[in-house]
Amino acid sequence: MNSIILQTTSRLILPAALIFSIYVLLRGHNEPGGGFIGGLIAAAGIAVHAIPRGRTSLVSMLRVWPKTLIGAGILLAVLSGLPSLLLAEPFLTHQWPFPSLPVGTTLVFDLGVYLVVIGSVLTFLSYYLEEH
Amino acid sequence: MMLIFAIIVFAFVAAPLVGLMGGRSSPLVAALPFLLFVVFCALLPQIAAGEIVLEAHRWIPSLGIEAAFRLDGLSLTFALLISGIGSAVFLYASAYLRGENRLPRFYVALTLFMASMLGAVLADDLMLLAVFWELTSFTSFLLIGYSPEEAASRRSAQQGFLVTVGGGLAMLAGIILLGSVAGTFSITEILDRGEMIAAHPLAPTIIVLLATGAFAKSAQAPLHSWLANAMVAPTPVSAYLHSATMVKLGIYLLSRFDPVFSDHALWIALLTGFGAVTMLAGSVLAMRETDLKRVLAYSTIVSLGTLTMLIGIPGALAAVAVVTFLIVHALYKACLFLVAGIIDHETGMRDSSALGGMRHFMPVTAAVALLGGLSMAGLPPFIGFAAKELVYETGLAASAGWALVAAAFVANAAMVVVAGVVAVRCFSGDLTATPKTPHDPGFAMLAGPIVLAALGLLFGIAPWLVGDSLITPAASAIAGEPLEYSLSLWHGFTPMLGLSVLTLALGVFAYLRWDGLRSTLANIRQIDLWGPDRFYDHVMDGLQRLALWQTRLIQPGSLRAYVARTLLIMSLAALVTLILRGGLELPSFAGSLMPDLAIAALLVVSSIAVARSRNFVTGIVAAGVVGFVVALLFLFQGAPDLAFTQFSVEALAIVIMLAIVGYMPFRERDSRSATERRLDAYIAAFVGVTASLVLLAVLAQPFDARLSDWFRVASVSEAHGRNLVNVILVDFRALDTMGEITVLGLAAVAAAAVLAGLRRATGEKRK
Repeated sequence: MNSIILQTTSRLILPAALIFSIYVLLRGHNEPGGGFIGGLIAAAGIAVHAIPRGRTSLVSMLRVWPKTLIGAGILLAVLSGLPSLLLAEPFLTHQWPFPSLPVGTTLVFDLGVYLVVIGSVLTFLSYYLEEH
Repeated sequence: MMLIFAIIVFAFVAAPLVGLMGGRSSPLVAALPFLLFVVFCALLPQIAAGEIVLEAHRWIPSLGIEAAFRLDGLSLTFALLISGIGSAVFLYASAYLRGENRLPRFYVALTLFMASMLGAVLADDLMLLAVFWELTSFTSFLLIGYSPEEAASRRSAQQGFLVTVGGGLAMLAGIILLGSVAGTFSITEILDRGEMIAAHPLAPTIIVLLATGAFAKSAQAPLHSWLANAMVAPTPVSAYLHSATMVKLGIYLLSRFDPVFSDHALWIALLTGFGAVTMLAGSVLAMRETDLKRVLAYSTIVSLGTLTMLIGIPGALAAVAVVTFLIVHALYKACLFLVAGIIDHETGMRDSSALGGMRHFMPVTAAVALLGGLSMAGLPPFIGFAAKELVYETGLAASAGWALVAAAFVANAAMVVVAGVVAVRCFSGDLTATPKTPHDPGFAMLAGPIVLAALGLLFGIAPWLVGDSLITPAASAIAGEPLEYSLSLWHGFTPMLGLSVLTLALGVFAYLRWDGLRSTLANIRQIDLWGPDRFYDHVMDGLQRLALWQTRLIQPGSLRAYVARTLLIMSLAALVTLILRGGLELPSFAGSLMPDLAIAALLVVSSIAVARSRNFVTGIVAAGVVGFVVALLFLFQGAPDLAFTQFSVEALAIVIMLAIVGYMPFRERDSRSATERRLDAYIAAFVGVTASLVLLAVLAQPFDARLSDWFRVASVSEAHGRNLVNVILVDFRALDTMGEITVLGLAAVAAAAVLAGLRRATGEKRK
């Protein structure tokens, strides 16, 4: 689908979608948002960018196959649960190492969700993209 | 005490390191099994004194399952065989497979196998035993399938796996029954309650299930063919797994529970019956082969049959015979397998009918082969002689002994022939041409066979070396009571000696006429046509046909049919439940907000638009409007997160549709006939009405706010977040979310696999 309109607008949509998705991801713990929605937004942005440019450009932009993102995401989610095991608490009991900073292992977990969503959507989509 | 637990964990953890060293073909890989061997040797005096080492660690207390271990004479005998022969095989393989790029993987699987095997024989908890048991089947699968690019290798790996794991399932059922009858999974406690268990009405079922597992693992007829086919694995694997250790696990299981069931008539009948049949079947099948490894494999089946039969015979003498034969067999059979591997490696062939005169090229190998062969043939002063005498003595003392002795007589004569074919025939006579010019291999490949063959001779000359320290404690464990037995080579002029002489005469006679005998037997086509191996193929074919038939039935390939069926069944189930349980109820509509009604009207209009749309693009747009309106509804009802997600999903769906629209063969116009359209309309109406009724019934119930109140309170204090939805997703129910993202990822990968196939089939011409 070699549309000049899509080619041009997607160049603007991609960075906006990515920045917005990260904003949504980060605010998720207190305001509407989170890894799942953030992932959907990012995937939509990347998809709009990839549709007129094709499969090869998608992979070269991501630098990895979309499938890798799925694996990385699940790995992050698992890793976020390991500190609790070391502290002899149930798996995935989230830890908040800094008393003043609102950063904990939940963020790692949510980042995992974010990556799995992006990876899944793009894995599926990539088979419908044209080779260029 | 943590000793046994530490040993097994160490063996598992060392696997990557061994893989790394093995990848460089370093002979140092043998250090791990040798170290374990030394540790077990150090425990020998303690066990010989009659002590039993027990240790238990918490594992799954809620189910009464412990990580418990038991080291007695029987498990120590197995542990010594596993680590001792393991040392020889690890060393041997470093030269045998030198330079192969699959070596790291090979050594990792081999080490994991050894660790699982040790775990299985040392476990004192039935569930732990089952776990390690299945692990040995799994690692055996990996090792038989060493060359996955060959069809024979794949088939054999799968066959071995299915047969042993199928048996393992039967064993697991037996274990669960045994555990519930005994009230414990602890082997030690079960042995203490032996009489109560044997008298229980469920005892016959338990016996059949346990025996099925053991028979599958130890290749008893008619489940024996996987073992012969497993010979496609590299020779070190055949020597280690498929003669010396893994196939003995079934023997271990039977020996372990022999004290419980030894006087049960069914136990005796099953074990002696199947054992004797296996001995005879193995003897005949061994005579048909020329491939050195397959000849040895069938002779292993004969020996496994002998062991099973001996366990089935009650009494202390049988227990001694089991252990002696077990050790003897492991020594000579591993030795001869390794020799067969040397012949294969050096000459490039292993067809014993075409080999001869190799003593000129490989004098050391020839000498080692002769030592191993003499022990196998049961000649004095080798320990094999003592074992054979014990088998006859046990058989003669048993009831219905003449039948068992007859089977043993044939089997032992077959052993003489096999020993001749493998250890004498290839080395004697005139020199034959071979693809490679052979010579004696280096230290790494010869060390193991030399030591194994020498031990066979040493134990024969000095039986007390192994008798008091190992055989008596192990036999005591099988008999279930402390035994006194002094192993000796010479018993004087007894009926057993006479039988031995007759056996040897028959064996030598058959060996001299081997060519004729072999071709006569090999020409009996019925064995190939009606044998269990062919039966296995039929079963697998049937399974595939069943899968194909079922797939065609359930999955005709029409998306419309899938959607219609899924929705119909779902709605029917919901509606029937709702009516039968009397759940039909209407909520009060008081207090409904005006904006909501406006949204509802919009929803109705856009739904009608979807139903009326005549082509694909209009349909997508109309469906998108429905989605956005639903999102608005969420927003006004105070679920911003849900609305947000709905908006994102709708947007993404449109983007994806955009990508797909150019690819799919969507028709411009609706192709359904008028009847089909009417049917679809009925289905849609039915689904819509059901969904509405269910939702109304839900709303009619008073809202239970306990859970949401709790989350509202706990969210900030326990999870440091104010957004309830997200806090539940990433913290309170994080394990669910992890499951969901795993499913999402798997679904994407699975869809990708289907789409990739579709693309290959149709996509290329669209470029």
